[in-house]
Amino acid sequence: MAFTFAAFCYMLALLLTAALIFFAIWHIIAFDELKTDYKNPIDQCNTLNPTIEKVKKIKRVKIAIKLVLPEYLIHFFFCVMFLCAAEWLTLFLNLPLLAYHVWRYTSRPVMSCPGLYDPTTIMNADILAYCQKEGWCKLAFYLLSFFYYLYGMIYVLVSS
Amino acid sequence: MSTAGFNSQNGTGTGQTYTNGPSQNPVALQQPSGVGYSVNHQPAYNQMQAKVLAPPGPALYPSGPYQPVPPGPQVGSYPPAPAQPLLPRPQIGVLPSHTPPQSASPGPGPWPAQATPPAQATPPPPAVTSTGYYTGPPAWQYAAPRGPAPNHVNPAAAAPPLMSHSSTQPPGPGAPPTSIHGYTQLGSAPPPMNPLPPHTYQPNRPAYGPPPTMKPTAPPAGPPGTTGTPPPPKADAQCWGAASSARPPAEPDTQEGDVECPGDVAGNGPQAPNSYNHVDNRMAGAAPPGPPGRHLGHYPSLPPGYQNTSAPPPSSLHPALQAATQPYTQGPLPYQQQPGGPGPSPGPAPAQLSPSMAAMSLQSSTPEALRVVNLLQERNLLPPAPVPAPTPCLTQDLQKLNCSPEVFRCTLTSIPQTQSVLNKAKLPLGLLLHPFKDLSLPVVTSSTIVRCRSCRTYINPFVSFLDQRRWKCNLCYRVNDVPEEFMYNPVSRSYGEPHKRPEVQNATIEFIAPSEYMLRPPQPAVYLFVLDVSHNAVETGYLSVFCQSLLDNINALPGDSRTKVGFITFDSTIHFYNLQEGLSQPQMLIVSDIEDIFLPTPDSLLVNLNECKELVQDLLKSLPNLFEKTMETQSALGSALQAAFKLLSPTGGRMSVFQTQLPNLGVGALQSREDPNQRASAKDVQHLSPATDFYKKLALDCSGQQVAVDLFLLSAQYCDLATLGCISRYSAGSVYYYPSYHHQHNPAQVERFQRDLKRYLTRKIGFEAVMRIRCTKGLSIHTFHGNFFVRSTDLLSLPNVNPDAGFAVQMSIEENLDDMQVVSFQAALLYTSSKGERRIRVHTMCLPVVSSLSDVFAGADVQAITGLLACMAVDRSVTSSLSDARDAMTNAAIDSLSSYRQSALTIQQPGLLAPACLRLFPLYILALLKQKAFRTGTSTRLDERVFAMYQLKYQPLAFAMLMIHPALYRLDDLSDEGALNIGEQTIPQPRVLQLSVEKLSREGAFLLDAGLVMYLWIGRNCHQNFLSQVLGVSSYAAVPEKLYLLPELDTAESQRTRAFVSWLRDQRPFFPSLHIIRDESQLKPHFLQNMIEDRTESALSYYEFLLHLQQQISK
Repeated sequence: MAFTFAAFCYMLALLLTAALIFFAIWHIIAFDELKTDYKNPIDQCNTLNPTIEKVKKIKRVKIAIKLVLPEYLIHFFFCVMFLCAAEWLTLFLNLPLLAYHVWRYTSRPVMSCPGLYDPTTIMNADILAYCQKEGWCKLAFYLLSFFYYLYGMIYVLVSS
Repeated sequence: MSTAGFNSQNGTGTGQTYTNGPSQNPVALQQPSGVGYSVNHQPAYNQMQAKVLAPPGPALYPSGPYQPVPPGPQVGSYPPAPAQPLLPRPQIGVLPSHTPPQSASPGPGPWPAQATPPAQATPPPPAVTSTGYYTGPPAWQYAAPRGPAPNHVNPAAAAPPLMSHSSTQPPGPGAPPTSIHGYTQLGSAPPPMNPLPPHTYQPNRPAYGPPPTMKPTAPPAGPPGTTGTPPPPKADAQCWGAASSARPPAEPDTQEGDVECPGDVAGNGPQAPNSYNHVDNRMAGAAPPGPPGRHLGHYPSLPPGYQNTSAPPPSSLHPALQAATQPYTQGPLPYQQQPGGPGPSPGPAPAQLSPSMAAMSLQSSTPEALRVVNLLQERNLLPPAPVPAPTPCLTQDLQKLNCSPEVFRCTLTSIPQTQSVLNKAKLPLGLLLHPFKDLSLPVVTSSTIVRCRSCRTYINPFVSFLDQRRWKCNLCYRVNDVPEEFMYNPVSRSYGEPHKRPEVQNATIEFIAPSEYMLRPPQPAVYLFVLDVSHNAVETGYLSVFCQSLLDNINALPGDSRTKVGFITFDSTIHFYNLQEGLSQPQMLIVSDIEDIFLPTPDSLLVNLNECKELVQDLLKSLPNLFEKTMETQSALGSALQAAFKLLSPTGGRMSVFQTQLPNLGVGALQSREDPNQRASAKDVQHLSPATDFYKKLALDCSGQQVAVDLFLLSAQYCDLATLGCISRYSAGSVYYYPSYHHQHNPAQVERFQRDLKRYLTRKIGFEAVMRIRCTKGLSIHTFHGNFFVRSTDLLSLPNVNPDAGFAVQMSIEENLDDMQVVSFQAALLYTSSKGERRIRVHTMCLPVVSSLSDVFAGADVQAITGLLACMAVDRSVTSSLSDARDAMTNAAIDSLSSYRQSALTIQQPGLLAPACLRLFPLYILALLKQKAFRTGTSTRLDERVFAMYQLKYQPLAFAMLMIHPALYRLDDLSDEGALNIGEQTIPQPRVLQLSVEKLSREGAFLLDAGLVMYLWIGRNCHQNFLSQVLGVSSYAAVPEKLYLLPELDTAESQRTRAFVSWLRDQRPFFPSLHIIRDESQLKPHFLQNMIEDRTESALSYYEFLLHLQQQISK
């Protein structure tokens, strides 16, 4: 039993996946709120998108990192970690989601700031339903991968 | 849409409402409302009547509305009511429902026979019609011919109960008119009305003149009856017969409805279908006929009002509009005529009418609407007059109360019970709204506005009263208490009749909102003008036109003593104008730091118009000269918008932006994205979506601060409307586009700009508005189309709302609508008027629910479907691609027709089969494919394409339809036959021709009306007579190359032609420019592009398109 880099990757992924699960839940709640009318879409998109708030006069760019981009970055980060650790199977399992994230971000509406959601179209029932479905699917994926990483971590620790 | 409507809004209309506004004069209010309604509404069914009435003219319709109000009719009606129910009752399948209208129409017939003074005559007719309706049924059946008149009269006599009403009615025709006038709005409206009736009626035309004004007085005597109506009576008789036959079925239905209210009188039973009816019935039961007349009758009484009113409105409307309103009459007419061949041929004999009538109504229509049409064999499908809106197959009582199709229209007038039925039908389900249309409405002032406690629905005519103290919401079915205040009926000044309150009698009503409906004190009217003064702008010369228009209309700007105005001009710098009171002349302040814009003197840039009017006028006079010599070519539009936003954000208001070139400096700078060589490409069109989100974000900021941005684009070059348009689209503004505007080279555009500006500056406006659309539980809103920002699933944020804006909504069925006979939709618009009053305008529409696919098809409204599909296609071409959108439209036609063939058609025949109600669907789809917005292969500038897309989404349906499928008329043989009489003018009504070159002839002159533009094409061998009498030229060769005006010649032909063209123009809120073209003119290709049924090098002909559809369907 040895603490290898792979084991470290799994532990880290475990923690980060927990965070991603939180994000996914947050995402679902946000869209549900939107659908049931508690929130104004402009506010909603501001919290879902990483907003770059220009603080006047000081011209300081304060980046309020919110959900979407961090989620993508975290996921990308541990994919790279698994690549480095040569955990091919795990990497392979994560590739589809990685590809989806890339596709999703490149096909986002025209925006001058990072972000995915356009407040003017998000109330469209199709888009809203898609986003909700996306949230649930991701939640399921992250939950499964959470247990997979737990298993992977123990397996690596034990087998080495 | 109708001119009358417009006037009323801007001028007296609102004024009156205001005055009346206070509930104090409930009676007065109501009546006006009735009138107003009628104008707009005019349910299709009335139309026949309307036509009849038409002869009488204005008087008629006013009286009509009134009369309805009077309880009298009700009383009379009651007995009839039962009969009526039968008629309406007939579910889709049954004809009867229509019959009533028909009966009405017959009425008109007689009139014509009688010679009557047009003006006066009208009043009586309404009465007749109304009575006919209510009382009618029995009377009609028996003595159909005279029936209406006598009945009518009698009711009137009975009517007296209503104070004002009674008085008016008794007098007869004469009296009614007066009452109308009192209302104000009516007065204006009537004229339009007149035209319509004739129009619709053309067949009967001859009879026309007579409509005995006398009637008013005479009516009781029954002159009407005696009078000639003979022919019509026959028709009626037939109809009635149908109706009566229909009755049996109807009764069962009613009984079902009654189940809820067993207590009801049997007689009432029929009405019962709706819960509220029950209430009435009950009331009736309680009160014997006599008294009931008023109270009980209340419902019935209203309907009459509607009828009358409704009838007139159509007349006022456009042909297109009329079509919508007039479903009954027109529908039938076209049909009849077609078979006949000649089409608009003069008044069909009474006998002829009857069959047509039978076919008419949707309800009755089951036969007609579902009549199988083989599109490949029947070529002349286009009705000679505008296509009417179908009438939902509701009971007559409900239909009488229902919202006007001009305001509220549904693509399927019979709502499928489940999503699966809807999916099978392959037709889109959605609503088309024109919520802020110029109307004269009943206005209610009340400290408590009665709404459902759980879903917040406003009380409306379609709720049911369980007893006097409780009502059941028709959207969520919650039982609510009736507040004490609501028990008092200000109209009749009686207590304990909540169901007779105006709120429960009018499907469109306006409330003056108490302070709970304000987040802040109502804002003043604030207008900020942002003007491009770069070299390019000065070259076009628009500035002087603008300044002159504003000077002319500065006193007509809607507002009160708090109205504020401000001006900003910009080129590469931003110029502000200090108009502070006390200055001797306007002071220009230049801000050149466009990166970080600030307001030099925030307090004095927006000034009170009344206090500083002289300074404003000085500025407007000097502005055009100020920049005459400018050489600045750059345009910092983005910064100017930011500055204007800062200026307006404390108050909210309207920002009018005039731009003449691509913004190329500072924030929001754009680059040209259009490749002129790709304009005609058959490949996909690029760059339909915005290049940057700067304008969209700014629009959202504006929306948050209640600022709307209206964009006037005057440019010969590419301006990237797709990007700039976002500023208006998301802030609920409007977009005007004048391609190739130049003060010298393009006089047609200049005139259009002037007229549009006048309308723009003086039209009614609502500030800080929101619109919420509610629908019965089980239905939900899917997507909105139009200019606004969607704030939540059912709430639109509209910083400004204007009377020319249309909206579309896609709906989906989330839960099965089992157990429901009807569903309702309610659009509530909360706004601040220019007088600083917070108001709520509520429209409620009620539609039947059906379970079978063929019923769904029978209720399809082809124009509404086309309008909604166009909106969806615009979205699709932006989010996906133009070719996708085109495929989707073609597929919509293929899917719905093949679904019809497979599921709804019992007998399989070869050919391309469509139900009669959808017979124009393939034509409209083809027209959409060839529309500027979606066409490929024809050179189309990107801006014009994008503008066409904006128009499809933004224009109310009646105008959008003209832009999709233009109307073609032959003008060289205009005659007064079937003409409309408006005031002293006679408006000829040529028939609408198919859009095919085969319909053109070298000997003729043809007018193509495409909404925003008209072409008058002169054939090479045009009659000498036409050339000299209308155009004032000696020969064909002498027709000038560029001619935009019809010369004012003092000849009958010239007067007719000009009357017709100006009548077409008056019916729309924008000004179509007229181009008179010869056969070899440069504009000829533009003219020919509108010949939709013909083949072009890149598009199929109508016949080929049908073959294509057939091929796809039979796959």
